[in-house]
Order: sequence, then structure tokens, then C-alpha cells
Amino acid sequence: MTTMPTPVQPIPRGGMARLVGRRLTDWVPALVVLVGMVGLWEGLIRAFDVQEFLLPKPSAIARTFWNTRSDLWAAGWFTFQEALGGFVLGCGFAILVALVLARWRILGSAFMPYAIAANAVPIIAFAPITNTWFSPLDKSSKISIVAVLCFFPVLVNTLRGLTSVNPRALELMESYAAGQVQIFRRVRIPTALPFMFTGLKVATVLAMIGAVVGEYFGGALNALGVQILTKARVAQFQEAWAGILLACLLGIALYLAVAALERLTLRWVPSTSE
Amino acid sequence: MSVVEIKDVTKQFGQTTALRGIDLAIDEGEFVSLIGPSGCGKSTLLRIIGDLIQPTSGTATVNGKPARQARIDRDYGIVFQDAVLYDWRTVAKNIALPLELARWDRRRRAAKVKEMLDLVELGGFESHHPWQLSGGMQQRVAIARALSFDPSLLLMDEPFGALDEMTRERLNMELLRIWEASGSTVVFVTHSIAEAVFLSTRVVVMSPRPGRISDVILTDLPQPRTAATREEPRFFELVTQVREALHLGHDVDHKLEASA
Repeated sequence: MTTMPTPVQPIPRGGMARLVGRRLTDWVPALVVLVGMVGLWEGLIRAFDVQEFLLPKPSAIARTFWNTRSDLWAAGWFTFQEALGGFVLGCGFAILVALVLARWRILGSAFMPYAIAANAVPIIAFAPITNTWFSPLDKSSKISIVAVLCFFPVLVNTLRGLTSVNPRALELMESYAAGQVQIFRRVRIPTALPFMFTGLKVATVLAMIGAVVGEYFGGALNALGVQILTKARVAQFQEAWAGILLACLLGIALYLAVAALERLTLRWVPSTSE
Repeated sequence: MSVVEIKDVTKQFGQTTALRGIDLAIDEGEFVSLIGPSGCGKSTLLRIIGDLIQPTSGTATVNGKPARQARIDRDYGIVFQDAVLYDWRTVAKNIALPLELARWDRRRRAAKVKEMLDLVELGGFESHHPWQLSGGMQQRVAIARALSFDPSLLLMDEPFGALDEMTRERLNMELLRIWEASGSTVVFVTHSIAEAVFLSTRVVVMSPRPGRISDVILTDLPQPRTAATREEPRFFELVTQVREALHLGHDVDHKLEASA
């Protein structure tokens, strides 16, 4: 070799830019759209004098959100604990089951059709049932429905990742006389991580939906879902919308937390480290 | 002593006979190419030597041991057509992988990785990730990884098949230099007649349906081989000889098909 080969791309460095995945200036167009949409919403309601029970003004929602923040936050925290508890439980169990099904493929082929079918079932429909299994006032009734909701997408995605390893990569490990534990640790699990995070991100969304909708079927008075429902029933629409806003913010926060964890974990993936 | 000894090996995949009646002995320090059209079983034969698949009948011996024992003893390194580098590992950690599995301690691993990086002339790239390297560089990492634990045998399955002609010829020279430096025995699967003649001490010509050895050609070109070797009359004679052997294999094949 006479010429020194040069790298195709420089090694990216860490920092805030890595966590959010792009430069802050890249967010400007999205911010403009957000401000524009909220402004349009406000303007249309003022212009056409839309009744509050149909849709309150964003400024009114924001004011109510701020004025009732301590009550809202208490309710939000209660519901967030249910969502997070169910998320951790459901996802943790899903990852364990995926490892077992990937290791013993006969189990995988026996159970996977049902897991995929279950993934297509509207599990949230079972919420009234889990409310009767546990006390509806107790967090465990919502944690259980959230766990079941989170379980299937994480299971299906993680298992797909664990089993979609390049056959050459496995032959290579075999040529080194590596055992199953080594193959999982060094090849299958790293290959599965991007798939697993896709499942986890889907699960964050399902977790908040599960907790809030579960509460619509009955729950403690200080739960966010119950608050939204009762405020809407007594025509306190600004309060109901403030509750919905908080549910959205909590859902987004959980999603972003998992996305940040993904970026920290998958530093080696070109698409996440650019 | 023979490093590889194949005795009367047959391999069936269902109804298809991939290999029939293969006998082949490869001596220490040889560079043997397996060449033939698609479906002649050359990759299958390589995998039988590496105990990645097992023959239906017959035996494969490596370093005087059954192939399985040789694999467990890590007697060979293998390189595939695509580099099969692990994306989540840096270049250095990819090369160190077999050493980790063999439970070398950290300091010994680091020293060996440095030695291998120098051997394949990739010093300075140890903390790069595979996707930051060109195809030729990736393949050199794969070769460094295969040789990192000093195996006596190197198995290569069309290692340069996906590279452009220029890179391929350069890596051919690299490989010969590494072969001479390491003193290992090489079994090399290829589609390219020129590559087989240029690299090998012996070319094993195979033909398909069923996969079998149709000819073995001794390539008596002087060592060490250089860029000038490709322009010698003897090089062209050998290329012609291998080409004719390949076509003969095909003719037999067509006659069999006609009579079937």
C-alpha cells in the first residue's frame, strides 16, 4: 500500500446535539409550524366565535393550565406513575420473553403467531375487566393494563431483532467455537437493540393511552383520566383541556426520555450519531 | 504433514448432491484456490473444512484432528465475501473479538491488535467504526480479525468478490505478503481465474451437478509474486489451462444433461 487510506466520515462528537439528534437551528421550521398552528387555532375561534364546549381558545387552556397547576400536577403524577410502572413491567417482561423465545426457537414458533395476533387486538378494551380484577381505585389495575399494552410491541420487535442476525455473523461466531451465551451477548443482543428501541418508543405512547383511558373506566378521584372525564361532564371544558394538555406533555416526555436513552445506547449506529 | 485432509466427502442437501467423492490433501504453507461455476460446491467444501456444515459421508481432518475438534481448538480463521464486521464495535474491538472469546487478557489483546493493524496497514483507524471505512478497508479488518489468534489455517470464501478490480488486485498483493509473513496455509474460494492463478500454489478446478473436483493445476510461477507476474507468458498459459479445465467440466456437465 502506497497511499494512506482516509476515513469516509469523521467520528461524531457528543453533547446536546447528539441527544436531540440535530442542531438546534434544525428545529426552527418545526417551531414556526407549532406557533403558526396555535395562532391559527386562536384566530379562528375568535373570528368565528366558536362555543367553548366545542373548542376553547389555546390562550384560555394555557391560563387554566397555569392557574390549576398544583392540582393538575398531582393528578398527572399519579397517572404518570401508573404509566411508568406498567411500561417498565410490561417492557421488562417482554424483553425476557423475547430472549427465551429466541434461544429456544421451537417455543418461538409455538408462541409467536399468538403474540402477533395479540399485537393487533385492541387490548385497551380489556380495561374494564382489569378494573374488576383489581380495585379500580388502586394503581395496580391501570399498571396491569398498561403492562399488557406495552408487552406485545416490545416482544414482537425485540424478537425480530434477535432473530434477524446476518447468518454469516453467526457462522463467524461458530468458527470461534463461541457458546450460545456468547452469541447472545456479543451478536444477537447488540443486533436487536435498534429493533427493541422501536418497540419501546411505541410502548411509551401506549403507556400513557392505557393509563388515561383505563381511568376513564373508573379510578381514583385524583387521577388525571378521572379529572378529565369529570370536568368534561360538568362542562368545565377549559379544565378538561388543561388535563388533556398535561397528558400529552407527559406522553411526549416519556417518549423523549426513551429516545434519548436510545441515542446514548446506540452511539455506533450511523443514523443516530450523525 | 497435511494441514487439511478430505477423504471421500459427499454432501447431500435434500435431493441435491452438492459434493460427491471429494478427495483433497493440502500441505502446510500451501495456498490452494477452489474455483468453479456457481453450484459446484466450492463454498460448501470450505464450510466442511471449517466444520460449519457436516458432510453426509466421508471425513474432513484439519491438523490431524477431526474438523469439529479443530474448530473448537480455533485452528482456523475465516473471511467471507462481505466483511461481516460488527457495527457496534470499533475496528480494534472487531479484531479483538476472537481474542476476547479465547480469554486473552486486556494487555495481550491490545498488543496483538496493534500488531494486526500494522500487518494490514490500518494503523490509526483502530477507533473507527466499520461504516466509516471503505469496502477494501473493511475486508482488511476482516483478514486481521481472522489472523489475530494465529490460526495455522486461513479459510477465505470469495473475500474480494464484492470489490472493484483495482482494489482487488491491490488486496491480492497484500494477501500474498500477509501469507508469507504469517506462514499460514490458505484455502481460497474464488470465481476469478486470474486471481486463482496469481495467488495460488495449486488451483483446484471444480464442476457442478454433482459438485466434484475435475482437475488440479500446479501453478509453478516463481515466488514471491509481483505485479510483473501478471504479465509473464507462463501466467497466461496457466490462465488458459485453468479456463480449459473449467470448460471441460462444463462440457461433461452438458453431456450428462443431454444423456439424462
